[in-house]
Amino acid sequence: MSDVTPPAGEHAHHPFLQHHFEDLTQQHEASTLGMWMFLSTEILFFGGLFLAYAVYRVSYEAAWAEGAHHQNLLLGTINTAVLISSSLTMALAVYFSQLGRRIATFVTLGLTFIFGSVFLIIKGIEYHAHYVEGLLPGAYFTYHSPLAAKVELFMVFYFSMTGLHALHMVIGAGLLLYFMWRAWRGDFGPEYYSPVEIMGLYWHFIDIVWIFLFAMLYLIGRHH
Amino acid sequence: MTSVTYHDVRLMEPSKTQNYLNVDYGFLSWLLTRDHKRIGILYMISISIMFILGGFFAMMMRLELLTPEGDLLTSDTYNKFFTLHGIIMIFFFLIPSIPAVLGNFILPLQIGAKDLAFPRINLLSWYLYIIGAFIGLFVIIIGGVDTGWTFYTPFSTQYSNTHVFGTTLGAFIVGFSSILTGLNFLVTIHRMRAPGLTWFRLPLFVWAIYAASIVQLLATPVLAITLVMLMVERVVHVGIFDPALGGDPLLYQHMFWFYSHPAVYIMILPAMGVASEVVAAFTRKKIFGYRFVAFSSLAIAFLGFLVWAHHMFVAGISVYSAMIFSFLSMFVAVPSAIKVFNWTATLYKGSVSWQTPMLYILGFIGLFTIGGVTGIFLASLAIDVHVTDTYFVVAHFHYIMVGGAVMAYFAGLHYWWPKITGRMYPEWWARVSALLVFVGFNLTFFPQFILGYVGMPRRYHAYAPEFQVLNVMSTAGASVLAVGYFLPLCYLLWSLRFGRKAGPNPWGAVGLEWTTPSPPPKDNFHETPVVTWEAYDYPAMLKAMGETQNV
Repeated sequence: MSDVTPPAGEHAHHPFLQHHFEDLTQQHEASTLGMWMFLSTEILFFGGLFLAYAVYRVSYEAAWAEGAHHQNLLLGTINTAVLISSSLTMALAVYFSQLGRRIATFVTLGLTFIFGSVFLIIKGIEYHAHYVEGLLPGAYFTYHSPLAAKVELFMVFYFSMTGLHALHMVIGAGLLLYFMWRAWRGDFGPEYYSPVEIMGLYWHFIDIVWIFLFAMLYLIGRHH
Repeated sequence: MTSVTYHDVRLMEPSKTQNYLNVDYGFLSWLLTRDHKRIGILYMISISIMFILGGFFAMMMRLELLTPEGDLLTSDTYNKFFTLHGIIMIFFFLIPSIPAVLGNFILPLQIGAKDLAFPRINLLSWYLYIIGAFIGLFVIIIGGVDTGWTFYTPFSTQYSNTHVFGTTLGAFIVGFSSILTGLNFLVTIHRMRAPGLTWFRLPLFVWAIYAASIVQLLATPVLAITLVMLMVERVVHVGIFDPALGGDPLLYQHMFWFYSHPAVYIMILPAMGVASEVVAAFTRKKIFGYRFVAFSSLAIAFLGFLVWAHHMFVAGISVYSAMIFSFLSMFVAVPSAIKVFNWTATLYKGSVSWQTPMLYILGFIGLFTIGGVTGIFLASLAIDVHVTDTYFVVAHFHYIMVGGAVMAYFAGLHYWWPKITGRMYPEWWARVSALLVFVGFNLTFFPQFILGYVGMPRRYHAYAPEFQVLNVMSTAGASVLAVGYFLPLCYLLWSLRFGRKAGPNPWGAVGLEWTTPSPPPKDNFHETPVVTWEAYDYPAMLKAMGETQNV
């Protein structure tokens, strides 16, 4: 019978091995699979908004184009570049954590945090511009045009989608700070790097969502 | 090293040593526990309270409907009561019932794991449930909600003067509890199985929970985001779903039912899993057609995503899409029927014993079949138009949810009660209550099929006098049902102190959960079991026992 028994992993007493796992490999596989499943639920979560956006884009194409014209293409493009750069530093952080390079992991995680914060600041500047323009839906909506009611609907989707995205960024930034602290403490190395890796999965997911949002909210219908 | 096999089961003595209940004491040891067994108990207590609350609203409705006039409740109060009954029973009782209580407790034991993959997330999902439930209770105290559990727009967003925002917030939060539970189960089943426990050696309860977890993971987020949009529309007064402002109410219904139809399978798939366990244990046979039963769970989960618009046949969808959804809805009957046929074939020539779990499951099979067949009636376009929004629909889904899911929950509760508590429930009282539930249930809901067919609409507190006889029958049945549900509350609590000691395996059942002492130790298994046998290997066990007796 003993030949079917899994070998007690050589890292069985690793400080970060939780007691209900057999070894670090099992723990790593479980947490990675868990994050992928969480991302699949996130896709459906954002997916509802994407679906409603698509339905109304077909119904109110002219208003959607008018709404896109009120987006700041320059700031949106800069933000896209910032976020893609943050994905690069995040990928590097995973790489360095696997090698156990403490300082490099800390620095790349820190750079990711800085890029993420820059993104949020620029997003805030854009939100403020919309507010000044009277494009904030609800009581402060003062925008005038024959299509104003439908442009308001566009702005509802704009704020809902970018707002939900920004919320994910804020949560991600908080996690980055936590993992920066853990990286500084020297928790990560070739045996144990799953937290950085699943942080990376999450961060790249937010990045990809933004790529879609940028195309849908800033680009499509702009040149009508 | 030694390994645990089912042959050892008979030899094990009831353990007087440490178990998950006596390992530590005090409120905090429960409120901060990461033990899947204790979290299962926390869920059991919470959903029982919600079940009583939801049952109270149901009973008040049945009392109102005793007479044709609206004399007990005003129409406004009645609207709130059927809404709260639906919301509490669906979001706060049925969705978490079998997965979060029995799944939490039994699933890691069945696959030979020490715990779920993410014990802290498991505790977090209970806290999310509690936060959602408290918001729900707060809404009830400050005046309730009257939209129906479906929150249809634009009534819910523009016209209702009740507490829609709080209710949807509660449902939103409890949704994440369900998502995280499903995620935890999926990862656990993939990564935490004991050595040798291949996919086709898994108990069918695990397959069923797996299929339901997929639905929890992929359907619930759509409801969550739909409720967010609903809340935004209600607060900001923009036309996401309000036709007066350019929105599309049908879009709301599509997105709502994209979750809420598959939600039925979150309730019924685990119930089917319990049925497979109990039928095998009390017939002493292998489940007939194991692979068919296993794959039919996945088929139901998959097809369940493709049928949502059958709730909208009269809502104004195109006739072509209605025809497609009608066809697909009938298609779900195929894997469901496969299960019923396989359970029935397992009964054939089995040595059937009539303990309480088996009584509940035999009831389950019959009632689920009636609920399923009337579901085919409703999937047919012409009949659906005739009976939409009548008591026929009410009767149909209660046969699935109460006759199906709740019966199976009680079956599972009795079946695993000795494992959970280490004590036997009193068999005679339990059989009486199973009988009362079966009789009371049919008396409550069968007349409603007839009422609906002859035209009594649902969701009104008054009705035409010619419907009274059948309504009196239904209310009488509800009273019997209430007694049937109240009895287990009494004798199960009684058994905690006075029940006979169960021992590790009172049913002589196979399965890893029966190889541990009852109640199980904190880490479930002192040594990780190694599995070399298939699920439900009763023939081999009976043979082994026979040999021992001959020696």
